[in-house]
Amino acid sequence: MVERYVMSIDQGTTSTRCILFDHSGRLVSVAQREHQQYFPRPGWVEHDAVEIWRNLQRVVPEALSNAGVEAGQISAMGIANQRETTVLWDPRTGAPLGRAIVWQDTRTAPLVEELRKQPGDEFFLEHCCLPPSTYFSAPRIRWLFDHVDGLEQRARDGEVLFGTVESWLIWNLTGGTDGGLHITDVTNASRTMLMDIRTLTWDDALMDFFGVPRSMLPEIRSSAERYGEARSLLPGVPITAALGDQQAALFGQTCFSPGEAKCTYGTGSFLVMNTGTDLVRSQHGLLTTVAYKIADQPTVYALEGPMAVTGSLVQWFRDRLGLIHSAPEIETLARTVEDNGGCYIVPAFSGLFAPHWRSDARGVIVGLTSYITKGHLARAVLEATGWQTREVVDAMNADSALALKQLKVDGGMTSDHLLMQILADVLDVPVVRPLVHETVSLGAAYAAGLAVGYWPDLQVLRRNWHMAAQWLPDMDAGRREWEYASWKRAVERSLGWIQPTKRP
Amino acid sequence: MAGPVQSIERAAAILRLLAGGSRRMGLGEVASSLGLAKGTAHGILRTLQHVDFVEQDPATGKYQLGAALLHLGTSYLDVNELRSRSINWADALAARSGEAVRLGTPLEGRVLVIHHVFRPDDTLQTLDVGALLPLHASSLGKVLLAFGTTPLDAMLEAAPEAYTRHTLVHPEELNRALAEIRDLGWGAEVQEMSMGEAGIAAPIRGQGGLVVGAIGVSGAVERICDTKGRPQPALITVLREAARAISRDLGAARW
Repeated sequence: MVERYVMSIDQGTTSTRCILFDHSGRLVSVAQREHQQYFPRPGWVEHDAVEIWRNLQRVVPEALSNAGVEAGQISAMGIANQRETTVLWDPRTGAPLGRAIVWQDTRTAPLVEELRKQPGDEFFLEHCCLPPSTYFSAPRIRWLFDHVDGLEQRARDGEVLFGTVESWLIWNLTGGTDGGLHITDVTNASRTMLMDIRTLTWDDALMDFFGVPRSMLPEIRSSAERYGEARSLLPGVPITAALGDQQAALFGQTCFSPGEAKCTYGTGSFLVMNTGTDLVRSQHGLLTTVAYKIADQPTVYALEGPMAVTGSLVQWFRDRLGLIHSAPEIETLARTVEDNGGCYIVPAFSGLFAPHWRSDARGVIVGLTSYITKGHLARAVLEATGWQTREVVDAMNADSALALKQLKVDGGMTSDHLLMQILADVLDVPVVRPLVHETVSLGAAYAAGLAVGYWPDLQVLRRNWHMAAQWLPDMDAGRREWEYASWKRAVERSLGWIQPTKRP
Repeated sequence: MAGPVQSIERAAAILRLLAGGSRRMGLGEVASSLGLAKGTAHGILRTLQHVDFVEQDPATGKYQLGAALLHLGTSYLDVNELRSRSINWADALAARSGEAVRLGTPLEGRVLVIHHVFRPDDTLQTLDVGALLPLHASSLGKVLLAFGTTPLDAMLEAAPEAYTRHTLVHPEELNRALAEIRDLGWGAEVQEMSMGEAGIAAPIRGQGGLVVGAIGVSGAVERICDTKGRPQPALITVLREAARAISRDLGAARW
C-alpha cells in the first residue's frame, strides 16, 4: 500500500515552510524559503504578498521531491499563518494593492490612541473582545482607506478584497481570478477586530465604525472542514484547515482540554490557554480569542498573553551589547554565576504587552552595583522571560477558574535548559517539551487530517504527543515570592518613562 | 616523505606577524611584510578567518588574531550551542529509534551529558543533562576517546573502575576497542556500565572533521542488541544519519 501524508504550510513572519507529516505525526520532509522584510519607515513593516505566493509555489514541490512523494499521496493540506497581517488585492487581476502590512507594523498608533479615547476600549471589547491595538487588522484597513487615493471608493464598488495571509493563499490555490475561494477561518477572523466572537460573524457595528464594506471581507469558515480543492500547484488535493500560527501551536501541542496551555518561545512569546467552549472575557489584561472550531462542532475559545520581547532580548544582548557570540551562549554566561546578584532587566523596548499593555513603558536595568558582572546580566536576561511568563500565567489563573498545572513549551528558546528550569521554578509547575518541535506546522496538519479522516479523532492525536524533556520546580517558595516581588518593583520603574509629546 | 606544505607555512607566518604587531594590519601590509602576492595573502587570511584564528574589523577591513586562538587548548564549540544546533536531529533520532538520546562532550576526565531526549513512551524519566558518565564504560565516552577528543593516557593512569564484569579496564582491550570504533565510525557499550543496559554512539564532527562531541541512543540491552548481543543494524543506521546531519550543520565537510 502506498503511504499517505498530510501537508502543512506554515506561512510565518520571516519564511514560508512546507512540511509533510505521517500517521504518527512524524516529520517526513521540510522545505523552506525566506521572504524579504520591508521597513520603509521607522515602525513600518511590510511583505510582498506575491513573493509569499511564489515562495509557496517553490516549497511545495521541493517538500514532495525531498521525500520522494507524489502529489497523489497527499491526503489533505492545512495552513497555519502569521496573524493579523493585512493583504488587499484586486479580484479581477489578482494583483495586491500595495504591500501587505505586517502585524508588527505600528503605523496605526495615532489612530489607535484616538480609538482608545473615543469611542473607548469598552465599545470594542463589547463587540470583538479585543482592545484597540496596532496589532490587529481593521485599523490598518482604515489607515489604507485614509492614505491611498480612491481605495475606499473602489472597495465600495466591490473592486477590492481583504484577507489575512491564509485568505490570500487559499484564493490563489483555488483558482485566483478564475473563481478562487475568498474565505478565512474563525481564528484568523477573531484577530481582525471585525468579528463578533460569540456569533462568529462579521459585526455590523464594527464594519460601520471602520467603514469596511462587507463585500471585501472573506467568508468565515471553521478551522477544519473541506474548503475546496486546490486547482493550481497540487490539483485535486483538498484544502481542509486554516489556523493562526499561535492557535495552530496550541492544536499541535494537543491542548484540547480546558486549562491546558502552551507557550511558544521565540523572538516574542505567546502563551495560549484553552478555556473550552466558555468565552472568558479577560479582566486581567489578556486577549480573548478563538482557539479553533472543528467543522460544525462547538467553538473552542482561548485566553492569550503575548509578550513582545523575550528571544529578542537575547538577540539584543548578542548584537547590541556584544557580550556573547551566539544566542545559546547566554546560558553558558548565565551559568558562571549562582543568581542574578540583585539585578533585573525589564525589556519594555516598545512598551509592555500582556498583561500590562503600557505603551509608555521603556526598558530598565535595575539593582546595579559594582558587584554585578556580565554573568548576572545574562541571568537577568533569561529571568525576564521567566517573570513575564509568570505575570501572564497569574492573569490566566485569575481570569479563568482553571489553574495552570503544567506548561507545554515549544519554539527555539526551549533548547536553553537554564531558561526552562527558571520557568519551572518561577511558575511552580512542571515545564514539558514535546518531541516534535514544529508545533505550528503539526497543528495545521492535525486539523487538516482530522477534516478528511486521516486521523479519526482528537484522542489519536493526543497519543502522538510524546514528552521529550521535563523540568520540575526546584526553588524555595520564600525565595520565589521575594524574587517575584523584586521583579514587580522593577516593572513599576519601567512605567511612565515616555511622556506625552508637548506640541509647541 | 612529502615536504612541508607551503600554504601552512605561510599561514603560520601570518599568525606570527599578527601576533607580533600591537595593532590591526591591512591586507596590503600583511602581503608586503611577508613578500606574498595580495591574492595569496587574501586567500590564507580568508581561510584563517573561517576557522576563527583571525578576525577582520568590519569598519576598517583590517585583521587581528581571533579569539579562538586564545582558547586553543579548550573546547571551541560552546556546549549550549552544540545542544541548540543538535536539538531537531536528536528529537528525530528519538522518534525514529524509540529510545532515549544523549549528547556528550568531555569534561575533566568524564563525559558531560549536554543534551537528553526522553525515550518517547511517556514513562516517567528524569532529565540528566549535567550528569557525568565514565569515559571507558559509556558509548559516548568510548567514542570521545577513540577520536582523540579527550586523552586516553590520563584515564588509564587513574585505573578505570570495573562497573560490571563486561567493563573494559585493561589498556590492551580498551585500545583494541577504540581502534575498532575508529574503523567502524561508531561505538557500542553492552552491559559495561550496568547489567541489562546497552548503548551505541557516533562522533559529531565540526570544521575540518574535528570531533567535538558524541551522540548516542541507549536503553535495555534486548532492545538495543540482537539475540547475539550485537547492536541492531537499523539503530546504527539512524544513529549515524543523525550524527552526520549534525556534523554537516556544524560545517564538517564530507560528513
